[in-house]
Amino acid sequence: MTEAMIEIKNLTKSFASKSGEVTALEDVSLSIGAGEIYGIIGMSGAGKSTLVRCMNYLEQPTKGTVAVDGRMLGSLSKQELAQLRRDIAMVFQHFNLLMQRTVLANVLFPLKLAKMPKADAQKRAMELLELVGLADKARAYPSQLSGGQKQRVAIARALATEPKVLLCDEATSALDPMTTRSILALLKDINRKLGLTIVIITHEMAVIREICTRVAVMENARLVEEGTVEAVFAHPKSKAALNLFYPGQELVDIRPAAGGRLCRVVFNGQDAFEPYIARAVLDTGVLVNVLHSDLQQVGDQVFGQMALSLPQDPDQARRIVAELKSRGLIVEEENHV
Amino acid sequence: MFDQAMLTLMGEGIWETLYMTLASTLLAYVFGLPLGVLLVVTDEKGILPCKPLKAVLDVIVNVTRSIPFLILMIAVIPFTRAITGTSIGANATVVPLVLAAIPFVGRMVESSIREVDAGVVEAAQSMGATPFQIICRVMIPEALPSLVNGAAIATTTILGYSAMAGAVGGGGLGVIAINYGYHRYQSDVMLVTIILLVIIVQILQWIGTTLANRLDKKKV
Repeated sequence: MTEAMIEIKNLTKSFASKSGEVTALEDVSLSIGAGEIYGIIGMSGAGKSTLVRCMNYLEQPTKGTVAVDGRMLGSLSKQELAQLRRDIAMVFQHFNLLMQRTVLANVLFPLKLAKMPKADAQKRAMELLELVGLADKARAYPSQLSGGQKQRVAIARALATEPKVLLCDEATSALDPMTTRSILALLKDINRKLGLTIVIITHEMAVIREICTRVAVMENARLVEEGTVEAVFAHPKSKAALNLFYPGQELVDIRPAAGGRLCRVVFNGQDAFEPYIARAVLDTGVLVNVLHSDLQQVGDQVFGQMALSLPQDPDQARRIVAELKSRGLIVEEENHV
Repeated sequence: MFDQAMLTLMGEGIWETLYMTLASTLLAYVFGLPLGVLLVVTDEKGILPCKPLKAVLDVIVNVTRSIPFLILMIAVIPFTRAITGTSIGANATVVPLVLAAIPFVGRMVESSIREVDAGVVEAAQSMGATPFQIICRVMIPEALPSLVNGAAIATTTILGYSAMAGAVGGGGLGVIAINYGYHRYQSDVMLVTIILLVIIVQILQWIGTTLANRLDKKKV
């Protein structure tokens, strides 16, 4: 991993409420590398929105430290914090555009705050609208745009001050699946082109699977699991991760017969109408035996896991595993006897 | 009865009423707009939380709003005299009108600003905007159509107060209605002044609503 862009240590945040103290975050530590797309997933109320707001100090933590790009947010003066916030842009679930201003004026807004000369700002804003594919809507008002277009404007606006970090708070949660995919593609594109670190807060596993490199799972104010997306999907260790990725399922622990080979196949949102196993068997001519299968169809996607017993022959086993992997499934051989 | 003298009187009455109303509204907004903004931003969850200030402002606003206008007008006569040198006529009426209108305008402004989506304010904060920038570039511009609507309501309310001031030597159409229509039993004069007031209110309200709608980019 490259150097850390965001370093959070022992973060605790509690609010005073009418029914007493509410803890939104409890002892959360995590490190997000520069240029990563980092996902934070959890049910609503798990504390993920509070966590992301601590990353630009919209919420001040009760305890613990947050460092962004090597600077401790807690030690900054108001002016310094305002300055640093230009490096930490944010997009929101409900877009939060200025409704009384044109699309162009929305993108110009942060540049005006940063006191950029007018001509330069105008040029930069148009470039950004070009980047998000909305240059033709510059004179339109947000109320004339669709949800996806509004989020594109919000992203253009967030990128205006050339931030190093982009925080996305449920940025796709108000959008339909098609639009979600296009917004995620845009974020991926931006990440690649600009080398921006992106933090994505979501409750949708599809979002994590689609673009994140690493993921943190939150439950009841705590960070319960963290790792690469593949590792967490393949081997969710916590109950929370299991519930999020494979709702209603238990982790299976199946052991192969003596001397046998076994592999675990994880479906994390593949096309539900594609006969993956059958096709792999036909294409390779290698027979497998399904020992256990717990799949669930969500929309046109399938989630869950399967345990397959593989032929004794290592070469045959390798061939079918490679075939399954090439179809985008997560396959892990478990050869313990 | 509607001779030249009466027509002249009516003309002056209209002019005075408009003058008192518009001047008072304008001055009331000079103080009421910052007051309304303060009532929002000093809130516990506002962008400049300040509990004591908010509490004090709340009390002042509520107390001044509780005093009946006629009583307030009489009570502040010394103050009015100190400022305008007289306690009767249009100029003298502007002083109590402004005093009565400030807290009212403050509340109108407060409710308009509160309509601004908290998320938009949060977005501005996330961009490093200062509280002053948020007030001037987010809250007020985003609330503008609502503020204009509120201003139309404030203007017509102040116009109603100005007519009431006729009872204690104010100016404008109110004084004509009281002096001629009431004291001299000239009900036709009374009727005409009322019709004129209705027309003025209609026009002011129409201007306000039209302007607010035209300004509102949520409705394009």
